[in-house]
Amino acid sequence: MPVEIPKDKWPGEVRVVTIGATSADGGTRTSTVTVGGERALPFMHFEAEMPHKPMIALEIKDRKPTDWSQLLLDEWGEAMNTPGTWAKAAETAGADLLQLSLSLTDAEGNPNTPEKAVTAVQSVLNSSGLPLMVFGPGQADADNELLVPVAEAAKGERIVLGVCEDKNYRTIVAAAMANGHLVNARTPMDVNLAKQLNILISDMNMPLDRVIMDPTTGALGYGIEYGYSAMERLRLAALQGDAMTQLPMMVTPGFEAWKTKESKVGDDVPAEWGDWLERAINWETLTAVTLLESGADILALRHPESVRRVRMAIDELTAVSREP
Amino acid sequence: MALSGIQIYKMLPRTNCRDCGFPTCLAFAMKLAAKQIELSACPHVSDESKAQLAESAAPPVRLVTLKSNGYEVKAGNEVVLSRHEKTFCHKPGLFIRVKDDETAADIKAKLAPAEAYHVDYVGLDLSLDGFAVESVTGDASAFATAVKAVGEVSQRPLILMSGDPAVIAAGLEAANNETPLIHAADVDNWEAMARLAKQYKAALVVNGRSLDELADLTEKIKGAGVEDMALNPLGDNLSQRLALSTQIRRLALKKNFRALGYPLFVAPANGEDAAYQSILAAQGIAKYGGFVVIDTFTPELAYPLLVLRQNIYTDPQKPIQVQPGLYEINDPTPDSPVLVTTNFSITYFSVANEVDGSGLPAWLLVAEAEGMSVLTAWAAGKFDAERIAKDVKRFNVADQVSHKRIVLPGHTAVLSGELEEELPDWEIKVGPREAVDLPAFMKQVLA
Ligand code: B12
Ligand code: SF4
Repeated sequence: MPVEIPKDKWPGEVRVVTIGATSADGGTRTSTVTVGGERALPFMHFEAEMPHKPMIALEIKDRKPTDWSQLLLDEWGEAMNTPGTWAKAAETAGADLLQLSLSLTDAEGNPNTPEKAVTAVQSVLNSSGLPLMVFGPGQADADNELLVPVAEAAKGERIVLGVCEDKNYRTIVAAAMANGHLVNARTPMDVNLAKQLNILISDMNMPLDRVIMDPTTGALGYGIEYGYSAMERLRLAALQGDAMTQLPMMVTPGFEAWKTKESKVGDDVPAEWGDWLERAINWETLTAVTLLESGADILALRHPESVRRVRMAIDELTAVSREP
Repeated sequence: MALSGIQIYKMLPRTNCRDCGFPTCLAFAMKLAAKQIELSACPHVSDESKAQLAESAAPPVRLVTLKSNGYEVKAGNEVVLSRHEKTFCHKPGLFIRVKDDETAADIKAKLAPAEAYHVDYVGLDLSLDGFAVESVTGDASAFATAVKAVGEVSQRPLILMSGDPAVIAAGLEAANNETPLIHAADVDNWEAMARLAKQYKAALVVNGRSLDELADLTEKIKGAGVEDMALNPLGDNLSQRLALSTQIRRLALKKNFRALGYPLFVAPANGEDAAYQSILAAQGIAKYGGFVVIDTFTPELAYPLLVLRQNIYTDPQKPIQVQPGLYEINDPTPDSPVLVTTNFSITYFSVANEVDGSGLPAWLLVAEAEGMSVLTAWAAGKFDAERIAKDVKRFNVADQVSHKRIVLPGHTAVLSGELEEELPDWEIKVGPREAVDLPAFMKQVLA
């Protein structure tokens, strides 16, 4: 029985965004990352070619974190002591790009300073040729104070500055515009809030091909369903032609998953949770691959084994071997 | 697709005899279209119309139920493509596969922990749904022995897997299920498989490389008298599986294409490693799977898959909540501390499990926050000093304790000033941000 395959035809298209600049473009990166360009729902290759694969970032910090799971400390070991060696190790672990998260304080509990932040960024840029995203500690004031000097120091590298949210977008966007960078626009899992922030950013004359949106997600078991649906709806809106949602999406399943007790803690947990390490990897990987299928373009992870598994999923999902 | 009142009207006798209790056939047709009355209320409809009307009233994705000794796994009846449109209905069944080249003792030893597996997630008791037995020896009696071995460990629904009808027949004979699932019919064996499905009232998985092939087969098998089927589109990789599954769901929902209106079956091919299987199963759960099989049972994979299934199949409009109130943990006394949190299930259980596990007694005041997490509720104005103070009074907290001290979640430290104003004679303490750190805090700071 010949079955006519129903194909959706969408008027809209996600913008193409490139992170990082090689020497040809005035930077020092040895590779760049390009995402976006979708003209169909995720991996519907029979409707439209997917020009760019989703990409995997590894998250590193400017100093050895005190609140990360022991499993991650064991995995990265000595490399965590300096951001440059950690960056190199993350590159070796197979990341496409890096997310450097700046700490709120130093090891002694004193506030982080612009000088230290700049040093950390420079050491990462010197040690690894991968494109870079730099995230502030996630408090609007601290983010502004640290990211502005970072943007200046990394001029020309086309880094992504985050977190750019409703409270601080003006400063972050201005710093990105002045230094040729991109921003990561974050809103809490809501289509309208995402649109609104993109409009505000675009009203500052920031070119939209230098904006990635971060609709926020929760981890498996801790609100992933909200993130999943927000992303599906954002992507549908983009394809339907809503210009202010036509941006590639980045999410942070690594950060979310490793916050949960399931990943973080090994002792005194129910026996039904099983082996700690494998459970933690499953928690991160399943959070990530589920979000991949709802439209994520960049997934920031924390563990190398999760990178390997999510890479396997991406390779398969982007393989087009036979007309179904 | 549901028929309109006018379309239904054309299939009625159009005599306006009023035996149905309505003044005209048209009035009756309208009621029928609105699903406010049953067709049987009209004694005069022709058999032909009856069949046509029943067909149009059937759900676009057939509900297939596997039954066994009081256990049931239902798949199908879905009406949307995305979960934000409406809640997905029937959670896909999760099955663990064993093969018949193992001894009965090995099979039993492998299955026992999977059979016994239960895990608590936000107060829900989650477990696996059943087992799949695959014939790799090709030998009917080896298969029957394996099926029997499984039956000695588990009463749950079974999937019997072999391409050889003679092997399947031996398995069906050995199985003690009311409705097992046979895997699978294909272009070569469908007649024999359909006969077996009919004889044993089993449901039947249909294998096909393409939608054409699948649709052809389901029509033929339906013609042979089997209604309950599941579709197994054979994709080479995750991308093809996703494309085929999506196309099938779309054709069923948007085109009301009956030949593909069945739940989907998802199982790994032989030799795929556990990591790959976890990803395949996750795809099956998010993307339309009805019956999902994996080869290895480990708690560290079963737990996240069960949670993912729970998350994807919750009502996107209303968060799972617990009843606001004053909860007692570990038999608190009047000296025990009072902790406050919100009534979002995940939040409540994160805190309650932590305190419970520590063995320390406490009163947990679960404030009415419309089922939102601490920060979400705070940001939405549903967890503020006024509301907390109101619930302290509403649930008579002061009557239960000899002290007046209440502990706020660390994330909402900013509320302490306002709460002091709302509860002037209370001492307001700020707890740690994460529940994991509560036991230590209770021992060190509250003791
Ligand atoms: C899922 C989610 C949602 C879901 C709601 C889910 C729900 N039922 O609550 C949706 C999508 C609906 C949502 C909506 C909004 N959200 Co929201 N959401 C989240 C998200 C992703 C996860 C929250 C969650 O479930 N956490 C898990 C639970 C278990 O955490 P918890 O309740 O805090 O409990 C922990 C601790 O607090 C502690 N704890 C709890 N109780 C107690 C008690 C004591 C005594 C102690 C010591 C500890 C303790 O233990 C728990 C485990 O450690 C977070 C971001 C994130 N990734 O965390 C944003 C987040 C909470 N949302 C946020 C916002 C702003 C909103 C909105 C207001 C956005 C808007 N303007 O519309 C809306 C409000 C809703 C409305 N108007 O109706 C912000 C809050 C920002 C802030 N700091 O104020 C966040 C942080 C995102 C962000 N970074 O911007 N959200
Ligand atoms: S009973 Fe049937 S035939 Fe008679 S009026 Fe009602 S619908 Fe028409």
